[in-house]
Amino acid sequence: MNFVVPDFAPAVTELFVAGMSLVILLLTVFMRESARNIGYVLTQLTLIVAALLTIFTMDGQVRVTLSDMYVDDLMGDVLKILICFSVITALIYGRGYAADRGFDRPEYHLLALFSTLGMMVMVTANHFLSLYIGLEMLSLSLYGLVAFDRDSARSTEAAMKYFILGALASGLLLYGMSMVYGATGNLSLSGVAQAIYNQAAVYDGVSSKTVLMFGLVFIVAGLAFKLGVVPFHMWVPDVYHGAPTSVTLMIGTAPKLAAFAMAMRLLVGGLFDLAEHWQTMLMLMAVGSLVLGNIAAIAQTNLKRMLAYSGISHMGFLLLGLLSGVVEGDRFNALNAYTSSMFYAIAYVVMSLASFGIIILLSRSGFEAENIDDLKGLNKRSSWFAAMMMIIMFSMAGIPFFIGFFAKLSVLQSLVAADMVWLAVLAVMMSLVGAFYYLRVVKVMYFDEPVDTAPIHAASDIRVLLSANCLAIAFLGLLPQQLIDLCQLALVASFQG
Amino acid sequence: MEFKTFVFYLLATVMVFAALRVVTVRNPVHAALFLVLTFFNAAGIWLLLQAEFLAIVLVMVYVGAVMVLFLFVVMMLDINIDRLREGFWSYLPVGAVVGVIMLAEMVLVLSGPYFGLDAMPEPPAAQAGYSNTRELGRVLYTEYVYPFELASLVLLVAMVAAVALTLRKRTGSRHLDPAQQIAVKRADRIALVSMPAEKE
Repeated sequence: MNFVVPDFAPAVTELFVAGMSLVILLLTVFMRESARNIGYVLTQLTLIVAALLTIFTMDGQVRVTLSDMYVDDLMGDVLKILICFSVITALIYGRGYAADRGFDRPEYHLLALFSTLGMMVMVTANHFLSLYIGLEMLSLSLYGLVAFDRDSARSTEAAMKYFILGALASGLLLYGMSMVYGATGNLSLSGVAQAIYNQAAVYDGVSSKTVLMFGLVFIVAGLAFKLGVVPFHMWVPDVYHGAPTSVTLMIGTAPKLAAFAMAMRLLVGGLFDLAEHWQTMLMLMAVGSLVLGNIAAIAQTNLKRMLAYSGISHMGFLLLGLLSGVVEGDRFNALNAYTSSMFYAIAYVVMSLASFGIIILLSRSGFEAENIDDLKGLNKRSSWFAAMMMIIMFSMAGIPFFIGFFAKLSVLQSLVAADMVWLAVLAVMMSLVGAFYYLRVVKVMYFDEPVDTAPIHAASDIRVLLSANCLAIAFLGLLPQQLIDLCQLALVASFQG
Repeated sequence: MEFKTFVFYLLATVMVFAALRVVTVRNPVHAALFLVLTFFNAAGIWLLLQAEFLAIVLVMVYVGAVMVLFLFVVMMLDINIDRLREGFWSYLPVGAVVGVIMLAEMVLVLSGPYFGLDAMPEPPAAQAGYSNTRELGRVLYTEYVYPFELASLVLLVAMVAAVALTLRKRTGSRHLDPAQQIAVKRADRIALVSMPAEKE
């Protein structure tokens, strides 16, 4: 019984967020109704301090602590910072929306904070257990948030669907993990990787490989559900549509970064020696997502549903990056591929934040600007925000010199380098199909007469932040190299080899 | 047949039977009671696997607490069972096909040589005086303290979400707050209005 107290220093951000969430919970319980702003302010402060803490403790070293369950590396740090900023932005955008509809209670912000904690745990997980628990914390908070507008039947229905399908996906993931545990006798991701490597080296390992493959299928299925790719995409449109827009904003942004990190940790960190197998699975899912996402989005009249389907196709693109890493056992392209995938995830989150931000900006109490028709003639109502929306749509469609273009370009480059030209051609064709519905939004804004002529009511903080967000899309499109380099640096420092 | 094998098959048979009854029985209270039986037999199988602590926890937590709560809910709520079963027969063919395919696939994988007794040898027998409970307790608060604490936060999240979703001030109820009644002042009830005297 010799137990060494683990080194808590690398996990300081998570500890801080966990502690603050408890403090906020206790404070807001004893606060009067009138002081409900405290919850919001403290949540934002916590997130800002968490981001700063991560920035100041960031270095290129890989530290594993808490009995191998926690890993502090550069990829985790970068993603944690981005997650914090994404949640901060989402909360600022959603605040007025939530207040108008009367659900800006302290619990709302608190659940957002807990979901951030869950994402941080996922991003830094080095063990099946911590990964799974982080995922559950994220999912549970999101189920609660989706149902938060409890008098709306649509939002309750969305929460129910999300909950049941999410529970099923967690079950699949756990079943897969238990199989991998059975085959390798390890729960820690680095341990699993080592065990698979050893087995392959010592004997041909047919028996345990089948068990591993059996587990891998279930793990990939659970992962696909969290990313929302075909054929596990059914929940995405309904949940995006049914949830209050401020919550959709939270579901559609930061969790995608966490899901990317989870894919990296599980597939690249743990099961890298099975790459040829999971790459085939990802390829099928990516093709399905690209085709279904883009074609189904054309038929949508609801902006939130359209963005949901477009999100499915974007996640397909992200998978394209992940699956081009290993070519016939050769890893020359791995760094390129995973860098492009990470860059794509970040670019998507920035664009997604802005697009849902516009929907929130145009909504007001008692009115949801969620149909494409509600954007008609936006240019006449506010030429500035019409221009901003145009930037977002151009970027999502992949028109040059916006960030979305470079994200798509880097994924395509990696595909071509991996000799998967047909996939690249398919991806480009599907992006062309996608360009149709993005450009339709632009056409509606500039060439149609406004139906709704009410002036835009929005707090100045939303206006400024949203403009900054959209300009960031344009700016990062002009200078994408720094961000790509950062992703590359993070991945090199985190997964040597 | 060895006695242990006999016990295993007995427990497994009762468990499968009870689990089937959970979904087929008409009365929800009976279904809940069959679920209790299922849990109880699962606990027995865990005992056979020398996981005595988990077996006892299963009985105490699931049978003792969760299912009793469940029974309360089932009895308090007036559930219209016929409405719940409306789509049962129309969904049955699809459900049965999916179930049979899944079963067949899993049998194919699991019955192969990969999951046999050769591939998964029995772990060495524990020494005398080995305590499952002590071992669990030892790692739970040391090696596994991180997921353990996080799990407590997950439960807290569930609690916060449940309270946030269900707690609401009901309007129109005749509930009176005694503290407010006692704290009432004369000025709250009587307003003295000075009016000019009326002359005839």
